Amino acid sequence: MAGPAIELRGVTKRFATPKGGIYTALHDLTMEVAPGEFCAVVGPTGCGKSTTLALISGLERASAGEVAVMGKPVDGIPDGIGYVFQTDAVFPWKTVLENVAAGPRYHGASTSNARARARDWIVRVGLAGFEDRYPYQLSGGMRKRVSLAQSLINGPRILLMDEPFSALDVQTRTLMENELLTLWSSTSASVVFVTHDLEEAIALADRVFLLTAGPGTVKGTYEVDLPRPRNVAEIRFQPRFTEIYEAIWSQLRDEVLVSYERQKHAAAG
Amino acid sequence: MSVRSTLPLASVGAQGPHPDPPPRGEGNPVDADLVARRARAVRRRRYMVYGLRVLFAVVWIGSWQVTTQLGWVDPFFFGMPSRIVARLWEWVTQGTALGPLWLQVAVTMEETVLGFIVGGTLGVAVGILLGRIHLLAEVLSPYIKAANSIPRVVLGALFAISLGLDIKSKVATASILVFFVVFFNAFQGVREVDRNLIANARILGADERRLTTEIIIPSALSWILASLHISFGLALVGAVVGELFGATAGVGELIYNADHLFDADGVFAGMLLLAAVAIVAESLITALENRLIKWRPNQVSGGIPI
Repeated sequence: MAGPAIELRGVTKRFATPKGGIYTALHDLTMEVAPGEFCAVVGPTGCGKSTTLALISGLERASAGEVAVMGKPVDGIPDGIGYVFQTDAVFPWKTVLENVAAGPRYHGASTSNARARARDWIVRVGLAGFEDRYPYQLSGGMRKRVSLAQSLINGPRILLMDEPFSALDVQTRTLMENELLTLWSSTSASVVFVTHDLEEAIALADRVFLLTAGPGTVKGTYEVDLPRPRNVAEIRFQPRFTEIYEAIWSQLRDEVLVSYERQKHAAAG
Repeated sequence: MSVRSTLPLASVGAQGPHPDPPPRGEGNPVDADLVARRARAVRRRRYMVYGLRVLFAVVWIGSWQVTTQLGWVDPFFFGMPSRIVARLWEWVTQGTALGPLWLQVAVTMEETVLGFIVGGTLGVAVGILLGRIHLLAEVLSPYIKAANSIPRVVLGALFAISLGLDIKSKVATASILVFFVVFFNAFQGVREVDRNLIANARILGADERRLTTEIIIPSALSWILASLHISFGLALVGAVVGELFGATAGVGELIYNADHLFDADGVFAGMLLLAAVAIVAESLITALENRLIKWRPNQVSGGIPI
């Protein structure tokens, strides 16, 4: 087997705060993701989950430590990366078709070729008939589908997802989670799925990384040995699901409390 | 136009104590009746607004006419509506002291449009450039602030000396007024681009050029277009002020002449002409805006119709 798809070794990330101080988001974080693996990253608010993705994607640079994607140190945006953002990041001035076709066009495909491939992906994410709509004419769930198609059309070997479904209502969310699993199973992409929702993490992932309250570092790694294909809506009722949930929650709870206390202090000034 | 699309919404909300009935099947006669009643109410309100507008004009212009006619207000200083109309008619039928009226309007329009285009293009270009290159923006910002704080119409006097009395000095005055407004908006527009959209485009593989043409410019466009509404008016101000500083033709020169002859009616007639020109230009810009940003749910012009 080839090396890991993603490798973070002893990674620390510091940001300068507007007041001139330094904020450490991640401290000495080490994790590996195998090719084709679906990983979830959970942790309390402000533990640096999103920062982890920013480092892997090359949007941010690590202050210390090594980040490698497909065996190559990250320097700029690596090839074969897809990123689904938490907030809407579809381009509001482009139609659904042009949004999905953007990736291939940026990679030098002809307009007609890019559009043909985009049409195919629009059908696969269930948006056939909406090609000429603008994002403001779509529901939140449909915009997420556009985001997914926009990322997947580039054939990413690594798909980064930053709480992609957190803004959706519960029913739409379950629907999208199942669709994500179906779409993912037809690719060989590794996924890093950041979420604050432990249930979502277990339902989707092969492995769950638990981060500590900021500065984040890996507190524990948990294998999720539930069978695939999974139905996200029903898997929660399996006894094994509950076992895994309890195991992780007993650890996560402490971190959530630490994070909450800190926020209280910060708010109290 | 958008005036019609927003008014009904506002007035439906303002109709007050008609709570929505519980949902019924489509084609229900009660629903149809309700819809028709609402449509009638909306129409009634629209006519009422138009009627009140006309009434306002009648009261305003009528009182002006009556008070000046009765001598309560001196028409020598304040003009008189009937005489203003007569002066306009005289200009239309017999021409002005400077030549035919259309020529004066055409001269002023040419100066305005050229100034608008030159100032607008430069404003957009410099705004995007400084918005993209942070170092340049930081270095130049005190100079830009200083330049912005001086009353730039006085530059018209300078241009009249350096560029002469022909069209160049008016275009220069108009474009310098337009430039700063468009520049600040374009600059701000570029700075306000959603970071997520930029990150997304970069992940999808956009290079710097694509980032500018496909993300930055479309995103800043609503800011830029909003500034064009104000800046066409400013271009007109620039052209007219330029003419006041010295010209041989144009509506500004017409006003200047009337002023020197203590002809208040002539001054008002000139102002009326300028207002007409500005309203036509404004509607053209609104049309352009609606065409260019059809991706936006609520267009700028969709506000309260005034």
